[in-house]
Amino acid sequence: MAPVIRHSTGVGFCTPGAQAETAEQPTAASGKHSSETRRITLTVNGRQHDLQVAPNAVLLDVLREQLNLFGTKKGCDHGQCGACTVHVNGRSVNSCLMLACMQEGAEIVTIEGLAESAGFELGHHPVQDAFLAHDAYQCGYCTAGQMMTAAAIINDDSIDGDEVSLREAMSGNICRCGAYKNILDAVQSARGQMRGGE
Amino acid sequence: MRAFELESVEAIDQAVSHRRVHDGEAFIAGGTTLLDLVKLDVMQPEKVVDVTRLPLKRIETLEDGRLKIGALVSNTELAKHEIVLRDYPVLSEALLSGASTGLRNMASTGGNVMQRTRCPYFRDPDMPCNKREPGTGCSALDGINRNHAVLGTSEHCIATHPSDMCVGMVAAGATLVLEGPDGQREVAFEDYHLLPGDHPEREHDLKPGELITHVILDTPRGGGQHYLKLRDRASYEFALASCAAIVSLDGDNVSEVRVALGGVATKPWRATAAEEALKGQPATQENFERAADAAFTDAVAYSHNGYKITLGKQAIARALRDATARARA
Ligand SMILES: Cc1cc2nc3c(=O)[nH]c(=O)nc-3n(C[C@H](O)[C@H](O)[C@H](O)COP(=O)(O)OP(=O)(O)OC[C@H]3O[C@@H](n4cnc5c(N)ncnc54)[C@H](O)[C@@H]3O)c2cc1C
Ligand code: SF4
Ligand code: FES
Ligand code: FES
Repeated sequence: MAPVIRHSTGVGFCTPGAQAETAEQPTAASGKHSSETRRITLTVNGRQHDLQVAPNAVLLDVLREQLNLFGTKKGCDHGQCGACTVHVNGRSVNSCLMLACMQEGAEIVTIEGLAESAGFELGHHPVQDAFLAHDAYQCGYCTAGQMMTAAAIINDDSIDGDEVSLREAMSGNICRCGAYKNILDAVQSARGQMRGGE
Repeated sequence: MRAFELESVEAIDQAVSHRRVHDGEAFIAGGTTLLDLVKLDVMQPEKVVDVTRLPLKRIETLEDGRLKIGALVSNTELAKHEIVLRDYPVLSEALLSGASTGLRNMASTGGNVMQRTRCPYFRDPDMPCNKREPGTGCSALDGINRNHAVLGTSEHCIATHPSDMCVGMVAAGATLVLEGPDGQREVAFEDYHLLPGDHPEREHDLKPGELITHVILDTPRGGGQHYLKLRDRASYEFALASCAAIVSLDGDNVSEVRVALGGVATKPWRATAAEEALKGQPATQENFERAADAAFTDAVAYSHNGYKITLGKQAIARALRDATARARA
């Protein structure tokens, strides 16, 4: 099992191992409703993890705070920025608005596992190489989310490769540094490489 | 985020059983409205019921030609379904104009119908808001109301209904199938969302304990169809004004027309007056503009949103023009 850490952000207090503990919930309305953690198994980047998770813990927090997968970022926590984008069953989703407990049985991929999950063992995913080559970031905070969306839409046959379509498909990922032009160049170049430039 | 219990249900009768008939329980599908609002403490469920394992993920054509959509079909899947693309393009365009790639992958059909207003005062528990806390007053009336509605408002609430999908469904014509502890019933889509009136906290005709199981689209209307969404940025933004238009022609005359509006009204809005003004008339720009005027005859502007009357009319005239061009093509 991956290393697990305790956290105290109030979003869900999770402990390693099997013993159930009542979650620490600063904003809990009353004591009468149980918020006991439950034991779940999540498949992240091809590995299974047994976790104790509070019912209200969102996937983003579990990835970062229990699985130490810090690549996935929290920008807004409300679906408005895309920094938390991961893949669930091959589709890009905002991990800040999904409950971890509802993802049992799903295949979750984060930026840490992107290359390997797509068969590029030890190396980079073409999207990662393209972001490097095109200098498609400044502070880097949005980058993991940008790359996760990019990798998903490149594989999506229903999304065309013209600039308008790619802009639209990438629009759920906000970049406060405004690196959009280079991001788009990177996505286009990775797409060309992965799909043979059709 | 506040604590809640989480229960997962496998069968519809489990989801709608009598013991759910009390407030404080909320279904969760995609979670993109619910978790957003629980984090803001605007929604305060004591228990959340995960319905995503229910068998409501299919899209099927009924014998009478209507299209039955399971409540758990995602917005992405619905928008890209071949029958929707072919027979209900206005709905596909409306769906794809909403939110973002990732959110559409998560958002469900039922959840989209049930999404809550984006009124910033509703989203802020520190502000008075009749919808969130009946009787506390409406902060938007004398506050910043640039994004608020000009149609269907009351002195108690002027919030818009934010959905694009619902506007496409009103234009296409649809029926909601609801399952409750006392059985199944159907409601015309247009009658489902309620005007704020004296009770802005009552937003729809869903009884406690009821679940939306399906949306059934009317048989295809054919004609030319178009969804036009006008907003502050070109993507990943809610509508300031939007129009779903379906136009059928008989020669140069409009034989059938459906017009629905988003971003300007307190519920997904069928612009019947615009339809009546245009039906049987020549499909000219002048007549489109006359129809657009008719849609806003009863509009009421507040301090910052008067522009929406102009913008809404332009949305109608342009959507009618483009739908007509497609009807001719
Ligand atoms: C940043 C952002 C931008 C967005 N932009 C747009 C936009 O431009 N246009 C647009 O139209 N929408 C937009 N949305 C809203 C989005 O479309 C909705 O949040 C989504 O459709 C809700 O579906 P869900 O399955 O995630 O609902 P959930 O969050 O799971 O549920 C929403 C509500 O519906 C109830 N519910 C869910 N399923 C059922 C059912 N079957 N029967 C009865 N009740 C049910 C839940 O209890 C809850 O109260 C945006 C959302 C975000 C966060
Ligand atoms: S417009 Fe409606 S939702 Fe907004 S503050 Fe007024 S009552 Fe609340
Ligand atoms: S952190 Fe999830 S969208 Fe911003
Ligand atoms: S690189 Fe800084 S937010 Fe995008």
